Amino acid sequence: MEDLEQFRLEARTWLEANCPESQRQPMKREDQYWGGRRGTFPSEDAKVWFERMRDKGWTTPEWPTQYGGGGLTPQQGRILKEEMKRINARTPVFGIGIWMLGPAVLEYGNEAQKQQHIRAIVNGETRWAQGYSEPGAGSDLASVQCKAEDKGDHYLVNGSKIWTTAADKCDWIFCLVRTDPNVKKQEGISFLLIDMDDPGVSTSPIPLISGESEFCQTFFDNVKVPKENLIGELNKGWSVAKALLVHERKLMSEMGSESPRPILVPNAAAREYLEFENGKIADAKLRSDLADYDMRMQAIALTHFRTFEEKAAGIRSAAAMVMKYVGTEAEKTKSELLLAIMGSRGLGWEGDGFTPQEIDTARLWAMSKAMTIAGGSSEVQLNLVAKNVLELPQS
Amino acid sequence: MALVLNEEQRLLQDTAKDFLASNAPVAALRKLRDESDAIGYAPDLWQKMAEMGWASIILPEAYGGLEFGFLGLGVVLEESGRTLAASPLFASAVVGASTILLGGSEEQKQRLLPAIASGELTVALALEESHHHQPTHISTTAKMQGDTVVLNGSKCFVLDGHSADQLIVVARSSGAARDSDGLTLVLVDRATDGVKCQRTIMMDSRNAANITFENVVVAADNIIGRVGQGWEILEPVLDRARVAIAAEMMGVALEAFERTTAYLKEREQFGALIGSFQALQHRQAHMQSEIELSRSVLLQALSTVDDAPQELPLLASLAKAKLNELAKLITNEAVQMHGGIGVTDELDIGFFLKRARVAMQIYGDTGFHKDRYATLCGY
Repeated sequence: MEDLEQFRLEARTWLEANCPESQRQPMKREDQYWGGRRGTFPSEDAKVWFERMRDKGWTTPEWPTQYGGGGLTPQQGRILKEEMKRINARTPVFGIGIWMLGPAVLEYGNEAQKQQHIRAIVNGETRWAQGYSEPGAGSDLASVQCKAEDKGDHYLVNGSKIWTTAADKCDWIFCLVRTDPNVKKQEGISFLLIDMDDPGVSTSPIPLISGESEFCQTFFDNVKVPKENLIGELNKGWSVAKALLVHERKLMSEMGSESPRPILVPNAAAREYLEFENGKIADAKLRSDLADYDMRMQAIALTHFRTFEEKAAGIRSAAAMVMKYVGTEAEKTKSELLLAIMGSRGLGWEGDGFTPQEIDTARLWAMSKAMTIAGGSSEVQLNLVAKNVLELPQS
Repeated sequence: MALVLNEEQRLLQDTAKDFLASNAPVAALRKLRDESDAIGYAPDLWQKMAEMGWASIILPEAYGGLEFGFLGLGVVLEESGRTLAASPLFASAVVGASTILLGGSEEQKQRLLPAIASGELTVALALEESHHHQPTHISTTAKMQGDTVVLNGSKCFVLDGHSADQLIVVARSSGAARDSDGLTLVLVDRATDGVKCQRTIMMDSRNAANITFENVVVAADNIIGRVGQGWEILEPVLDRARVAIAAEMMGVALEAFERTTAYLKEREQFGALIGSFQALQHRQAHMQSEIELSRSVLLQALSTVDDAPQELPLLASLAKAKLNELAKLITNEAVQMHGGIGVTDELDIGFFLKRARVAMQIYGDTGFHKDRYATLCGY
């Protein structure tokens, strides 16, 4: 405990000395740095901040030092997060290389793969896309058809991936590919890394109901992929994918609380958009709905905290298994509540008739619909709880 | 603040589970009901519980207590919820003892707490006057007359009121109905002249009473705390009681839930185990997620009693509201998923359903606590 307090002091001192003032301000989307060959820094200060954090290993605080990580324990990592939050320090670099692929390569990759890919992620040199879902393989992820044929010194990849986030800006993509079509569907899948500059790779953005098009469809047309890009064993990609999905779900369940820009929350919206009588929201239904929402969010926050304590105590946590489901459902509830509180002011889509925050809120409402679908739909999450927690018979 | 039980608490939980399974299974409650037992709980069981220290879990050692705190109390109450054990544990050892502990004079504590701890004295809180929880809506009067106090009025839903030795009566010494100022807590021996007690038979086969006070005269040194300032004591006592009953409700809900999960794995219809049907799997999995959220809330509320009492009002209302919702959802679904046998008296599930409904009304229903939570949040 004493060592941890010592670490907190050191981290606090270092952050105070090294985090530029401009990097302690709330972040808009355009302030984010995502790295990669095509990545540009939004400002000189952002570059300085990123480089200092990178050199300290703190862009990936808990990764091993031999690949450029910070080598911190989970407890130290949490303290660093708290200390960054304390001064509102911005996240210096974003990316699913850090959140998802890195942990999978560290667990399943060989030494050469770690040297190549982990270092490049730590240094912000590569931006990664995820190639899991396909037009015919959504919630039923294991039925992927995108195939990789063994051609001696390389694999030949043909097919397409959908919902590949920002694939048009990425350098590499990690994919689930079919390497054996003749076995039970989970058993013939491999985990392959593909350089998106390779001939035959192309992307096309998908416009969404939120007006965004951050997702793409990515096509593979006779793409030659070197054999050393296989992570883990041939036909054993499903277990790598499952480990990775755990990271994704954890990330999604926390998304609301770590949004990169200041967004309207129902409690504040109520004060701005609702009438009060004697200190109470006059609309009894909305008041009750707001209390429901706030109670739920407090319960979720406490449960996040409990999963952390359970992990530290080495307890198998059923709570962790439900967090993706409850977290993303709560995000949808929140967006619906905001719209109800804002009335017709919650309907703005663009133009000067609404404040930017009102338009943001409406668009986030549309985006929230994706949260209970992506990363395993709510229905798939309930299937998993039924199977793995309740151990109910499978049909 | 801990959201994970420590070893001492886990050990207490195991002990409680074993003890209750052999000494107070659901069958024991069924027997009390079928035999229309006059007391409504088994005094020898209560004596054994007291010998194990359960009547004194939250009390300081100075008054014969174990000083295990509310997390310790929580595990015992949760286990007693699982077997629906009828005893004065909640009414006397939690609500009664807390009132004296938080509000009593040193003399009252010395005299009463060790007796409660040993199980020889039981105490009940006579609070409610209407069919909804309105803790400041008190019309029962307390008039000072020399060095005595005279009580007049009537109370309902007094938990264990027909069997308790002493009653703690919430009465009004000044102010208007609904004022929190002007409330006075008075300790009254149930055998005092003018105290009339009517036992009420409720759906859960547990114990409560309607009690009237007609010119009941007791010595003024039976006042707990200061005259007119009873709310200062009553509010934290009620919050403790809400968290404690929430712990019992967690046990009620968990047991009904687990029995249902087991049934889904053995019952066959349409040539398949019904637990393989997604229509049931999703509902059961949703309830599992609600249990997880309620579990965190409950643990936080229990540790708040001991570690951060200033935050207790919000956490107590959160815990009671959440556990009300959880117990209602789970007991309803438990009956539905058991199908026809779920509505028979032969199956125990109905006992959980009924206990949940009574517990939901104890010291505030969901609406009461949602309203209080909103008010505490400033809207």
